[in-house]
Amino acid sequence: MIAMLRLEKRRNVSRAWAVTTPLIAVFLTMLFGGIMFGLLLDEFASAFSAIKLIFWDPLFDESFASYARPQLLVKAGPIILIAIGLSIGFKAGIWNIGAEGQYILGAIFGASVALSFYPQESIFIFPIMVLAGAVGGFIWGLIPALLKVYFKTNEILVSLMLVYVAENILASVSQGLLRNPDGMGFPGSRNFKDYPSAFNEEIIINSGMHWGVITAFISVILAYFLFLKHQKGYEIRISGEAPKAAYFAGINPSKTIIFCLGTSGLLAGMAGLFEVAGPAGQITISFNSGYGFTAIIVAFLGRLNPIGILLAGLLMALTYIGGEIAQLMLGLPGASIQLLQGMLLFFLLATDIFTNYRLKFRSL
Amino acid sequence: MVVFGIDLVLLIPALMISATPVLLAAIGEAIVEKSGVLNLGVEGMMIIGAVIGFIIAVNTQIPIYGFLCAAIAGALLSIIFAVLTQFMMSNQVATGLGLTMVGLGLSALIGKPYEGIKSPTLTKFEIPFLSDIPILGPMFFSHDAIVYLSILVVAVVALIVNKTRWGLVLRAVGENQEAAHALGYKVVRIRFIAIMFGGAMAGLGGAYISLARVPQWTEGMTAGAGWIALALVVFASWKPWRVLIGAYLFGGITVLQLNLQAIGVAIPVEILSMSPYLVTIVVLVGISLFGHHTAPGSLARPFHASQ
Repeated sequence: MIAMLRLEKRRNVSRAWAVTTPLIAVFLTMLFGGIMFGLLLDEFASAFSAIKLIFWDPLFDESFASYARPQLLVKAGPIILIAIGLSIGFKAGIWNIGAEGQYILGAIFGASVALSFYPQESIFIFPIMVLAGAVGGFIWGLIPALLKVYFKTNEILVSLMLVYVAENILASVSQGLLRNPDGMGFPGSRNFKDYPSAFNEEIIINSGMHWGVITAFISVILAYFLFLKHQKGYEIRISGEAPKAAYFAGINPSKTIIFCLGTSGLLAGMAGLFEVAGPAGQITISFNSGYGFTAIIVAFLGRLNPIGILLAGLLMALTYIGGEIAQLMLGLPGASIQLLQGMLLFFLLATDIFTNYRLKFRSL
Repeated sequence: MVVFGIDLVLLIPALMISATPVLLAAIGEAIVEKSGVLNLGVEGMMIIGAVIGFIIAVNTQIPIYGFLCAAIAGALLSIIFAVLTQFMMSNQVATGLGLTMVGLGLSALIGKPYEGIKSPTLTKFEIPFLSDIPILGPMFFSHDAIVYLSILVVAVVALIVNKTRWGLVLRAVGENQEAAHALGYKVVRIRFIAIMFGGAMAGLGGAYISLARVPQWTEGMTAGAGWIALALVVFASWKPWRVLIGAYLFGGITVLQLNLQAIGVAIPVEILSMSPYLVTIVVLVGISLFGHHTAPGSLARPFHASQ
């Protein structure tokens, strides 16, 4: 008798599996990531130490914790803020994968405002910068939205193309328009650390907590209520899960598209501004570090759920910091962390099947 | 043949060289999408092809081995996507993005020791008699084998899709997966093969970047070529010959902007560098305005025989 595995679609998504599969995915990533690092370092003994270095030591080893703990919030803040925005669109089946571009544009808008005020000091400058950053990201997110609404253009491709356009704008302004006039010709803007009114300072010393992190936490709470209580959240969910039902219920698809892409652009733009005015400190050609793409993984890893995204964002920040430490201590190449993050997404998608399907043994 | 300070005899071959990578990747993706699957991992498969092709070519000093291994590597990577989306019913958009990220990370990792090395040069293949024709000869008939191969692939794909039973089955699976399944076609198996073909073509296209167009290995060197290939498929309305036209149009724009940069036209370099991406957006809008929406009916929809 041969037993055969068969998949049977569940009537409802399994909540228990929905919570456990991300944990399984993280475990599998550690396991296979460890094997990969073992192969890279040519000895399996160091595989375990690499995994410990990435996932454990940044938080609990005394020699790294003083540096790494604040960094956790610094790195998680923008990732969470962007991922929350993306998750709104993903729920509606609107795929904004150009958050990196919206992030860059937000930073450029906000920084331009600050530099136009330089060297005046005022408590109003920073709020205006945040607003400008939001507007910059919003505009960049609105382009694929309007093209989709009016011309049915694919938002995946347009939003991604705009990342390359944004990178070129960034290269241009950091060498031209926004270049520090006192910078002896080096590319890059003035450093906001030397401009108190514009600097996104830590609110509590050595905590990593800056205004961007606060905004990220607020966005988590707002998104939570949007989907739990608000009509708009309901409309978004319906648009994604049953587009036809949404149409017959009179939900305007154009408004949903504009809302989703606009909001995710806005949040990504704010994230960019907080980063450039704080941790990055200045506009440079490569101040952006791919958070816009990492946020896509985080949105999925968090199951498009605000609380899930919060946790996933912290975990992803941990891999960034752990990756830096592993790079320093073991000489692991920087790209191996990117690979680890990609693996995590794959394992999550692979285990995802258990939330929607049931495994059944059938005897032949 | 000099127009506005740009020599056409040099421009046309350069155009074909710069178009070939996206052409190969796009014709592969066209087949994948014809079968009803959207693989956004083209960029990742291309860059894996680029790095594997480069490594093999440098170590063996035989470029053709590089291309061969690049195609195999692209196909192998696409198997991950195929297993996840076809057997585990994962979201195709997310899986494709994951493939791109893994490809970029993996290629940077294994390509590190090969940075700054020059690859063996690809020999030009002069077609007898035709390449001796003045002006037209050097323009169209003295390229390397991959350029000809890419055109051949387009022709064969067009023939198979439009004129054969295989093509009919492929289109049936892509247009209406439930009906195709009811007729007894193996939807998953056909899609699996289509995805692997797409992977092989993307790998080949990637290798052409690192072995012929640049020819060098640098991290992230595909620079969005995979995404442009995806846009080309839409531009071409999923028709093979239109993919070729689109790729050459795009190649023309790329070469033109590089030429304009070189002769120092008073347009900022950044504007010229972003022009291929802007043009892609404009073209996508244009297609939506004037073209027909002929996307395969089952595109990006998961399929499970129980449903």
